[in-house]
Order: sequence, then structure tokens, then C-alpha cells
Amino acid sequence: MQPKLTNSDCHDAREDTEYAEQPKEDFLRRSSADAGTRVARGDVSHDVKIQTNDLDIYYDSCHAIKEVSAEIREHEITALIGPSGCGKSTFLRALNRMNDEIPEARTTGQVLLEGEDIYREGTDLVALRRRVGQVFQQPNPFPMSVYRNVIYGPRLQRRVARQEADEIVERSLRGAALWDEVKDQLHKSAMDLSGGQQQRLCIARCLAVESEVLLMDEPCSALDPTATFRIEELMLELKQKMAIVIVTHNMYQASRVSDRTGFFLLGELVEFGRTTQIFEDPHDDRTDAYVRGRFG
Amino acid sequence: MLSKRITRVSEWIIERFIQIAGILGIVLVLVIFFFLLRNALPMFHERTIAEVLTGTRWSPTHGEGHFGMAPLILGSLYVTAGALALSIPLGLATAIFIAEIAPRRVREILKPMVEMLAAIPSVVFGFIGMTIVGPWIAANFDAIQVGQFAALGSLMLCFMALPTIVSICEDAFHNVPREIFNSSLALGATRWQTIRGAVIPAARSGVIAAFLLGLGRAIGETMTVLMVTGNAQVMPEGLEGFIRPVRTMTATIAAEMGETPHGSLHFHSLFTIGLILFVITFSVNTIADIIIRRSEKDIA
Ligand SMILES: Nc1ncnc2c1ncn2[C@@H]1O[C@H](COP(=O)(O)OP(=O)(O)O)[C@@H](O)[C@H]1O
Ligand SMILES: [Mg+2]
Repeated sequence: MQPKLTNSDCHDAREDTEYAEQPKEDFLRRSSADAGTRVARGDVSHDVKIQTNDLDIYYDSCHAIKEVSAEIREHEITALIGPSGCGKSTFLRALNRMNDEIPEARTTGQVLLEGEDIYREGTDLVALRRRVGQVFQQPNPFPMSVYRNVIYGPRLQRRVARQEADEIVERSLRGAALWDEVKDQLHKSAMDLSGGQQQRLCIARCLAVESEVLLMDEPCSALDPTATFRIEELMLELKQKMAIVIVTHNMYQASRVSDRTGFFLLGELVEFGRTTQIFEDPHDDRTDAYVRGRFG
Repeated sequence: MLSKRITRVSEWIIERFIQIAGILGIVLVLVIFFFLLRNALPMFHERTIAEVLTGTRWSPTHGEGHFGMAPLILGSLYVTAGALALSIPLGLATAIFIAEIAPRRVREILKPMVEMLAAIPSVVFGFIGMTIVGPWIAANFDAIQVGQFAALGSLMLCFMALPTIVSICEDAFHNVPREIFNSSLALGATRWQTIRGAVIPAARSGVIAAFLLGLGRAIGETMTVLMVTGNAQVMPEGLEGFIRPVRTMTATIAAEMGETPHGSLHFHSLFTIGLILFVITFSVNTIADIIIRRSEKDIA
């Protein structure tokens, strides 16, 4: 029997019930318990930056995210893994309310950013999205100069004088480990950069608005191994200053860079815990099967 | 084996065909240019270029004939400028509405409707302008005495240029990757900031192409302007020129070519107008090409 990978009310549903028979466990409770105990390896638990409580997301009748409760911590990289269509991107978009842009999407539950529910009425979406930046799968610089790409965000809010703009651009590009490569072509089109450089430019755009959280949806899947390596290096550097959530299909990437890993299946967060635990000692058979490459 | 050879042969034929078509296009443009030039040049045996281009009196059959083309050139300029001033904002707004704001169902109805405007023959626009819109404006606005004037031509041309502008702009907006839109929103931009700051710049080559095609359509259009702009060979002056009758270059050729003796000075003068029109539209297209090619990649 083929394991069931998709949700019956969602696109490309498959007929199978293998996992329906398994008891539903609340892995979240386990992961919170986990977080309380300091692990021997000298790991430190950082402050919770984002907390989701019983998050449910529907696309019309498709129940894409099911009662997901998870914690994203400051100064950590959280990896989200799972087969295609299991809801990773949907969950990620819930964190900066980009799902609001999808008319058929409906969200219930809480997403607390430093304790404040971002789905509360009256939330300033503009401010929220500046605090929680996002980098997409395809590198997508705006078709304008490198300089204008970086300063795009700050200029949305206020007039930025030339000198300050220069400073922001330099600081952001340095932060994204791109400055040395582009400092002589700031006013040339960003479209001429390589894919990896473009992706770092997209990160620099978020740094320019001083994002506190960086959401990355498969940021390296369009890049070659060298460019991927540089992004991973950069992520490790950036987590000193922010919280990072990365969706990845690449199991090695998750285990290389992340501090915590969440495994999604059919919209459920099956297991969430320290990356070493998820990969070396998964508590759930489904997680075990997935990280061993049995499916997905 | 055989099928491979057939593919190769048919590929060769298609390639040659495209090549020949391309060369034919260039040859045709050159032939037309020299045809116009040959028939226009005799004009300048008897009149100087300056006299023709800056002269303010056009009355070819009066006495020796006056061939000042300034009123006609200005007439075309007024009507075209007016048409662009109306159709660019309207076309852009419509395209933005269809591409980015309207719900899917509205878009599916609106776009074909706008495109259907293109199927209406220009003489119908002229007819509507002449019998309905013009008289109505003249009856309701004191400043306008006659129901035929430059801005009426602009208005009619605006409707005729709209389908081109809307359709090409909308395609251009539609082709902007969704991620660009989302990236901008994710940086805290509003929808409107996103459209203005990211989508329009990303679609700019299409938008510029749309404007220039609209311009080409407006400047070359003959029948409608002949019917609604009043056919008065007078110099348009200031803003008031828009609400007074004018005559365009195209309308002049259409109105006078039929009753002009072959080989007369008048005949050659009409070819001169044709040549000027040709040079203008050719320049517009060339400039368009350069802008599009340059803007394809960077804005600094
Ligand atoms: N805009 C949408 N409309 C309807 N269903 C959607 C939409 N986006 C995603 N889905 C459905 O939601 C489920 C989760 O999708 P997604 O979050 O993109 O998964 P992942 O990122 O893990 O591949 C899938 O079954 C998908 O078909
Ligand atoms: Mg995804």
C-alpha cells in the first residue's frame, strides 16, 4: 500500500487510509515538554518569538493546516519538512498573514508574535510584514537596480534621504554577504546577478526593513550547490540577530542548518522538536519513515 | 531515418520562409519610402522646405497655391496629443483594474468586452461622433459652437486606441510573476504601492509598447478624424485649439487626393504630407523599439 500523502478534500487527493488508523498523538505537548528540559548537549532554548495555537487553515473545503501548535524561537533556525502538499507553505504564509492574499483561504486559531495575536482585529499588516519578512522559492528581485531593490522597502514608509539610503543599502547588502560582490554595480540591473546573488539580494531587502523573523520557502531549490552553501552559511550568520523559518525538501539541508525541525504530513504537524532528535531518534513512525527516505 | 530527414527539410523550409518574410518586410518599407520620396521631391523644385513646413496657410487651389503645412501638422498633433492624454490614463487604469483588482469573473467578462471595441470599424466611430456626441456637446457647452472640433477627434480616437492599450498593458501586467507582487506585499507594501512601485516597472516594456502602438493608431487614423474634426485648415492656437475645428494631415490627404491632377504641385504636396507621416510613425516605432530594448533589463 502506498502511504497517504495528500488530503482528501485538497487537490490531487489519493485514496488511502494507512495513517488514518494510527492514533492521533499530540506531539506538540511532547515538543513543549522537550523545550522545557535543557538538552545535555549544551543547547540553549531561546525565547519564543512566534507561537501558534491550534492553527487551522482551510482553502474552501480543503483543510490544509490542522490544529497546528508550534513555537518559533529567537536566534534559531526552524526547518519545516514533509512531502509536497502537506501544508508547509500554507503554514509559513500564516506567520506573516500572506494567506490573506488568497481569497479562498480561511484561518482560525492564534499566531502570537511576541505574545500579540497577529490575527487579532486591527493588526497593522504593513508593520507585521516588515517584522516578519519572507523570501520565496524563485529568486525574484524587482526588475530595477540592485540599489533600488534594497531601498524599496524603507521607501514605502517614508522619504529616505540619499545619505541614509546609501547607509541602509550598504548595511543590508553587507548583512546579506553580498556587498563585496555588487558594490561596483549597485546601479546596474538586479536581473543581471546570478541566481544565488539574487536570492541574497532578496534577503537584503528584508534586512533593509529590519525584519525580526525571516520566512524562507524552499529558498535554495532553484540554486546550485555552491550558491546553496552560501545561503546556508548566511542563514547561520543571520540567526544571531533574528529567527529564521525555512521550508525545505532537502533533508540534508534541514539537518545541516536547523536547530529545530517540524515534520508535516497531511496538514498535521506530526512531530516537532530539536533537529538532532527528529533525525536521530524520531518518536513517531511516520517521521521515522520520512527522514529515512521511505516516502516523499 | 526518413522522418528525421523530413523534419530537417521542413525545418529548412520554415527557416527560409521566415527569413524571406523578414527581408520582404524591410524591402517593402524601403520601397514605400522611396515611392513617397520620389513623388514628394518635385514639390521642392518650386517651394523651399522651410516654406512648406512652417507656412501657416494651406490652400493649394487658390491662385499659385499656398502649401504651408503647419496647420495640418499641428492639427494632427493636437488631435493625437488629446487622444493620448485621454487614452493613456484610462487605458492604464482599466488594465490595472482588470489585471490586479477585479475578481476573476469580472475580468473574464471585461477583457473581451474591451477587446471587442477593436472590432468596430472606424467609420462607425466617426458616425457616432458626428451625429450624436458632437451635437450633444455643442448643445450643452457654451464654449463650443460647432459640433466638430479637435478634442472630439481625440475622444473618438481614445475609444479606438483603448482596446490596444488595455489589451497589451493587461497582458504585460498579467505576465509579471506573482512572486514579484507577493514579495512587495511581504515587504509591507499596500496593493496600490505594489502596483505602482513593482508591477508597473516590471511590466514597463509592455506598457510603453502599448502607448506607442496607441500613438501609432491615433496619428495614422483617417476616417474618424475626417468626419468629426471639422476640416478647417486653420492654425490651432493654445488650449482653445482643442475646441475649435482643425484638419489633420491624414484627413487632408484623404479629402484632396481624389480631385488632384496627377503630377501637379498639389499632388506632390500631398505626397510630402504622406512622407512626413511616414517619417513620424517610423520614428515613433524606432524609438519604441529602442526604449523597449533598453528597458527590458535595467532602470538605474
Ligand atoms: N490557493 C490554494 N487554493 C486551494 N488549495 C490550495 C491553495 N494553496 C494550497 N492549497 C492546498 O493546500 C495544501 C497544502 O499546500 P502547500 O501549503 O502549498 O503545501 P506544501 O508547501 O507543503 O507543498 C495542498 O493540498 C494544496 O493543494
Ligand atoms: Mg510549498
